[in-house]
Parts: sequence; C-alpha cells; structure tokens
Amino acid sequence: MSVPLTLLGLLEREPSHGYDLKRDYDSYFGRTKPLPFGQVYATLARLSRDGLVAPGEVEAGDGPDRKRYAITTEGKQEFDTWLSEPVEPEPHLQTVLFAKVVLALMLGRSAEQYLDTQRAAHLQRMRQLTELKRQDNLIDALLADHALFHLEADLRWIDMTAARLPSLAAAVTS
Amino acid sequence: MASTVDSRSSDVLIEARDVVFEFGETPALRGANLSIREGEILAVMGPSGSGKSTLLHCLAGILVPKHGEVYFSGRRIDTLSDAERSALRRDSFGFVFQFGQLVPELTAEENVALPLLLGGLRRNDALARAREWFERLGIDGLERRRSGELSGGQAQRVALARGLVAHPKVLFADEPTGALDSLTGELVMELLVTAAHHDGTTVVLVTHEPRVAAYAGREVVVRDGLVGSLSAKPLVP
Repeated sequence: MSVPLTLLGLLEREPSHGYDLKRDYDSYFGRTKPLPFGQVYATLARLSRDGLVAPGEVEAGDGPDRKRYAITTEGKQEFDTWLSEPVEPEPHLQTVLFAKVVLALMLGRSAEQYLDTQRAAHLQRMRQLTELKRQDNLIDALLADHALFHLEADLRWIDMTAARLPSLAAAVTS
Repeated sequence: MASTVDSRSSDVLIEARDVVFEFGETPALRGANLSIREGEILAVMGPSGSGKSTLLHCLAGILVPKHGEVYFSGRRIDTLSDAERSALRRDSFGFVFQFGQLVPELTAEENVALPLLLGGLRRNDALARAREWFERLGIDGLERRRSGELSGGQAQRVALARGLVAHPKVLFADEPTGALDSLTGELVMELLVTAAHHDGTTVVLVTHEPRVAAYAGREVVVRDGLVGSLSAKPLVP
C-alpha cells in the first residue's frame, strides 16, 4: 500500500486536515494497521515539499491540526498516473509452500502430509474470512473476498501438486 | 458388529462405519468412516470421482452400502427396507442438488410444498407453509412461476426452500452452488447457513469449492473412497 499516493487520492475529494485523512485511511485501508499521526504529517510534509499538495493558511484555534491540505495540479497528475497503472502481478514462483514441498520430496519426508496440513490451515483461514464477510459490511466483505480468492488459488495449486507428487518426487530426486 | 451404537458420543447424529460401495466392479467407497454431530455444518470435499457424492447418498439412505453400517440418530438405517428408508428421507432429511431438481409442471410454491404434501399435510396448509419461505429466502413474488420462468439463482433458492420446508433434521446438499455464478452462489450459501443455524439443522455439504466449504464449521476430504479429516495445525514458518 502506497501511503503517499493513497493520501493524495483522498485529498482529491476535497482539501482536508491531517486528522480527516487519518480517519478515512484507517477506515478503508488501514484496518489491520492504522496510520500513526506522525506518519500522516511527515507524509504531508514530503508531498508539500515535492509540490504535490499545498498547505492552506493556518486556521484559528488551539489544536495542532490547523492546516488544511489541498492537492495541486502536479499532485493530480501523479495520482492519475499511479491509478491507471496495473499492479505488478506477482507470480509467486518461489513461495515457501513450493520450497517446503520440494524439500520434503528431496529428503524423503511426507510432502502429502505437509500439503494436508497446509490445506487445513488455508481452510481455517477461509472460514474466518467467511465469518467476517457475513457481518454485513461491504468494505470488509470486499477485502475478505480478495483474500478468499487468493487462498482458493493456493488450494487449487495444493490439490494439483498433491496429485502430481509421485512425478514431482522423481523430478527432484533424479 | 452391534446394530446399536451405544459407545458413541451422544451428540453424534449420523455415523458411517467401514462403508463399502461399488458401482459394478468399480469401487466408490472402500471402508469410509465418518461421524457428524447434531447441528454441525460439515463440508465433504474431494476431487471428482473420489466418492463424495456416493458417501452422501449412503448417509442419506438413497444408496445401500455393500458392506459397513450407517446410523442415524442411533438407529441403523442401511438394513431398513426401501419403504422404511423412503419414509426416513421424507420425514427427517431434506435435499438440495446442483440442478434439475424442480418439477417443471408445478409452480414454485407447489415445488416447495411437495415434501409437506408427501408427508400428508392438507394442500392449503402445505402451500401456506411453503409461502413463508419465499419471503425468508428473498424470492417473494415468484410463488406462481414455473421452473422455466426462474433464473438459476431463483430456482436454487426455491430448491433450498423445498429442502428446508419440512424442518428436516439433516439437509444434504450436493454441490448446491455448482451451477451458479460466484455472487449468486454466495447468496445461496448465506441463506442456507443462516436458515440451518436458525433451525438447528445439521448440514452435509458436498462441494469441491473451497469458498463454499468455508461456510461449514468443519471439513473432511474423500480420497480414493476413504474419508480423511484435515486437522489444522499451527503453521511452522
């Protein structure tokens, strides 16, 4: 997750205080890892230095949060470019799962047992995510779905690998 | 082997012991063992041809195993007569399959009312009870349609209503979302699980889809005609 670009995106809606940005960031993108206030202001300072946001006048009041930041034309361009680029697809060709299967086979251990354990762990996580999804919050449901589809893809790979263990064993021990 | 099961834990509702079933010369189940607790939702997973649907049919008294024993509520059911097993299915079990389950000549509400009519309830009472399910499953307004006038998701919800209308002890669901797109499948699963929890119905859910199995509280895997439990262990990094 790119914090600077995400904050830029939030600022494109309307000029905002750091507090508002943190609140919205946490509720949409920082469920498991809220953004520290310090990071919000440090990021806004960098964005301001780079000319991507502009701080407004200091507003009257006692709190520390008396500046409202607005996105600049350069900031909008930067954000547009980021938004239109595809995320790098990660092929996961060297995952821990893969390494464990290959090593188990190389060393004559039970790769099948490992795959079963992994399958159970994946399904357990999928149950938790499904439970989360059933709580009727669309944002949570979408996040959970993203994780669920990825876990399902892993499980398909696990099933396929389990079916190919004998030939895979021959390939890694030859 | 004894025909009653007195050593079992009291909350076991269905049990298969060393169940063997063959299609001609081809073995489908080769000594399957399984216990299902009352009120639980169990996913039966496994690759195509592993024997998971055959297991469901044996548990539900549709097929009779060649060897082994099947118990429901402490009573051995594989030795019952055809008529007794039919009565058991009608009175205690509900069914949802992948597709092709609705009687095309009947309206949706008549389809839902079928188990009640077969159980001897008067037509008007059966239809009234059937209609309650249309609102519960979000398909009110479709009561008078025939199956050809329903979308896949609507038809599956009608089938689910029919499976649950007689308040069965057990709902057997064989790939209930197999013919539906992801979003509709999810809706059907959500309705199924909510209704089962609400009514305390035990569910045996055969599926090869992990996202569907994730609605269950526990899963077993059928491989080569045997049932294996997956035990989740903490992951070692």
